[in-house]
Amino acid sequence: MIHNQTIIEQRPAPSSSVGPVAWLRGNLFNGPINTIFTLIGLYILYLLVVPTVQWAFINANWVGTTRDDCSREGACWVFVNARFTQFIYGLYPRTEIWRANIVFAGFFTLIAWLAIPRLPFKRWVAVFALVGFPVVAYVLLHGGYFDLPRVPTHRWGGLMLTLLLATVGMVGALPIGIVLALGRRSNMPIVKSFCVVFIEFWRGVPLITVLFMASVMLPLFLPSGISVDRLVRALIGLTLFQSAYMAEVIRGGLQAIPKGQEEAAAALGMTYWKRMGLIVLPQALKMMIPGIVNTFISLFKDTTLVMIIGLFDLLGIVQAALSDSRWLGFSLEGYVFAAFMFWIFCFSMSRYSQYLERKLHTGHKR
Amino acid sequence: MTQAATNISGTSTSDLMVEMRGVNKWYGDFHVLRDIDLEVKRGERIVICGPSGSGKSTMIRCINHLEEHQQGDIVVGGIPLTQDVKRIEQIRRSVGMVFQHFNLFPHLTVLENCCIAPMWVQKKPRKEAEEEAMRYLERVRIAEQAKKYPGQLSGGQQQRVAIARSLCMHPDVMLFDEPTSALDPEMIKEVLDVMVELAKEGMTMLCVTHEMGFAKTVADRVIFMDQGQIIEENAPEPFFNNPQSERTQLFLSQILGH
Repeated sequence: MIHNQTIIEQRPAPSSSVGPVAWLRGNLFNGPINTIFTLIGLYILYLLVVPTVQWAFINANWVGTTRDDCSREGACWVFVNARFTQFIYGLYPRTEIWRANIVFAGFFTLIAWLAIPRLPFKRWVAVFALVGFPVVAYVLLHGGYFDLPRVPTHRWGGLMLTLLLATVGMVGALPIGIVLALGRRSNMPIVKSFCVVFIEFWRGVPLITVLFMASVMLPLFLPSGISVDRLVRALIGLTLFQSAYMAEVIRGGLQAIPKGQEEAAAALGMTYWKRMGLIVLPQALKMMIPGIVNTFISLFKDTTLVMIIGLFDLLGIVQAALSDSRWLGFSLEGYVFAAFMFWIFCFSMSRYSQYLERKLHTGHKR
Repeated sequence: MTQAATNISGTSTSDLMVEMRGVNKWYGDFHVLRDIDLEVKRGERIVICGPSGSGKSTMIRCINHLEEHQQGDIVVGGIPLTQDVKRIEQIRRSVGMVFQHFNLFPHLTVLENCCIAPMWVQKKPRKEAEEEAMRYLERVRIAEQAKKYPGQLSGGQQQRVAIARSLCMHPDVMLFDEPTSALDPEMIKEVLDVMVELAKEGMTMLCVTHEMGFAKTVADRVIFMDQGQIIEENAPEPFFNNPQSERTQLFLSQILGH
């Protein structure tokens, strides 16, 4: 039996089910309980947002040079303004700041270049970012070459130091973590036990102890005459610490790859490293992007702990500025600024990881 | 097609492609393979059947060392299989394998799946590898899907890609480990058609399968395994019409009975 000979034309959905009014009705006011919750939520939002906006923007003081320029009715951003250079560069000599600026510019350019998909020569830019740029950055920041005055690392600080610690930590922890994760899954007992002991040791101790040991204990073990820069010691401690976490994240990803993948690669005659590098790791790392970025974000924030060995990262330098007798009583502004800077970087990482996940998704289930 | 030609001409000579002598294997205490003796000549097509858990898959997986045997000798293409990793990889390059669950690489396109081993294992230039991969994809009638990812294909299409991926390495022997068991019934034929064509071109094949129609059309020999042993082996016609052992008769009555 044929019901209908003609094809039914496509009709628009009823106006009560589309548009903003329908959305409000469907999501916020669909029933008495939900309506009450919506109203309470709006009221709480009102209580929170209005004073914050008033404090941070409307009643805030933006220009000036001393604390007398602040009315104290809202935030005194004059404090952040006056100390801004220090917050960014630490105690880096004012006359040499151009060097740090070149490194900053290069750093952000390289990151943008690698992150924006349309730009060409990705491979060469990546090679330069990993090999060439660190040398350039070291020569510029540290000096001592090409008539550049030497700036010892204890004068580095602020956001510059935070970014340096975080970047070196991330770039170092990922490959070391991969090697450790592969080692832990290895069939060779010596390799396996070394990796297990290494991971479990570093995961078991707090980062503060690691940094403290690196700064106080390590010189005791080194032969006299050999001294390793304090910043380098912190970098090594931080990288090894985070690589243990990274190893466990990646091991989780490796375990999620079906055994058949490695078998298929093996059946094609691939060596162990090709099986891992071409087949297993690309899939595992893609799956592990949220976990890896999570570790990166916690690493970024953990860099603040270098404070305890006398390095002044962004938070450390803000705290140091707070104890300045000319600026007593502005800790809220200082901490809000530091929190905002950290949030910007961590949030960007989080958004980029979500973008990467979508982009790398190739529609496979397994 | 030169590869196929040498295979066909090779059939006349009686050189052995795969040789297993007294092969034994245990999983822990469980004795999976018991005194396996098997000779496969160049160009021979062998179908291996038997109840599940009889060691069929384990046996062919020993040939390219995806499983390790503990006793006996395996020689593949004149190369004795030992613990030596280099030698294992050399054997694997000349032995293609098709898996029950296809095991395509989901992060690579169909074309990349076919090119990755020729490029990285045989060091072929990308262009050459791609051209050849396209020829094999055409042969398995899936060239139009070359840019898609495996997750976008049906099971039958994925299995044909897996066959093309193996062929791109110019194997001397192809191992099929239940290639149609994971497929919906309407897709089995498209995969079997490709396998029949391959057999006609003279490829040396060892197939673990329950497709008895396939065994009857292409096999030179059918092997029946049970409890880790080769119980019976014969040409398909006597094997199916006049099975010798009781266990073979029982097995055949069960799978052909309805």
